[in-house]
Amino acid sequence: MHELSVTENILEIALGHAEKAKAEKISDIYLVIGQLSSIVDDSIQFYWDMLAKETKAEGATLHFRRLPIVIKCNICKHTYTPKGDQMSCAACGSEQITIIQGEEFYLEAIDIDK
Amino acid sequence: MTKRIEIVENILGANEQLAEENRSRLDQAGLYGLNFMASPGAGKTSLIEKTVPALKEKFRVAAVDGDVATTIDADRAAAVGANAVQINTGGECHLDAVMLKQALNQLTLDENDLLIVENVGNLICPANFKLGTHKNVLIASIPEGDDKPYKYPGIYRGVDILVINKIDLLPYIPFRMEYFTKGVEILNPGLMTFSLSCQTGEGLDEWLSWLESEILTFKETHSSPQ
Repeated sequence: MHELSVTENILEIALGHAEKAKAEKISDIYLVIGQLSSIVDDSIQFYWDMLAKETKAEGATLHFRRLPIVIKCNICKHTYTPKGDQMSCAACGSEQITIIQGEEFYLEAIDIDK
Repeated sequence: MTKRIEIVENILGANEQLAEENRSRLDQAGLYGLNFMASPGAGKTSLIEKTVPALKEKFRVAAVDGDVATTIDADRAAAVGANAVQINTGGECHLDAVMLKQALNQLTLDENDLLIVENVGNLICPANFKLGTHKNVLIASIPEGDDKPYKYPGIYRGVDILVINKIDLLPYIPFRMEYFTKGVEILNPGLMTFSLSCQTGEGLDEWLSWLESEILTFKETHSSPQ
């Protein structure tokens, strides 16, 4: 959702770091996206191909590392990755849960050529 | 020669930073801010129309209304006594911190006690864009159906208060309250919930009492400069 402005943000952050490091070009971009985060990889790739043209990031390969949803049960403390839409505790069935992983969206690293 | 640069920077960071700045401004002005989110037609503006007259003896209320077009909602808020500002988003499907910042610039913040930001009618996008208000309020309505928590987990997970509006229509709509509340409980255990009808007035007193005590508690810890 809103992948155009999101891709603009990624490009800006990446180019900023590349400038600081006095890079010639960026060869790879490493993104971490939680399974619950409403970001569509194909849409980012699509906008990236357009936006990165004529910048130091042109032609860079985007890598998407998806993090699975991890839930911790507030009652029995069991941690698990839910199957399907069933979010309640896999061990005790409780619905008192905390999502401890799955909502991330960040730029982890870039590879640059100097 | 290729080199790896570790970054670990949040992509939506720019909006969050501005939201923090908006929050600071509200704190410094002693202004308690709520972000009203809902589907179109669920009752955001109606709840403002019921809230403002009830509170305005004791508190000055400002309203910031976000819509793609018209000043209909800001006009309704102003008609009941709020200091109202309309944002027309130019097609954007949600408010963001930049837009709220611009709206705050049009208000004299420390002359108000409560700020209600009425977001664009949308159950998806507003959940992802912090504004800097203190609490997120979701207004669900009976005619929308009982499966919405399951279908829109992002917004149900991201709110601090749930208002169920149009309870006067329960006799006419096949709405399974147990199924609905179970969905809410899974996503947001213990979520503070008010069931009411803006139309008939049922349940409004509990909402108004709670809001009044929230504003007073906030004022105890955030006094505006004199």
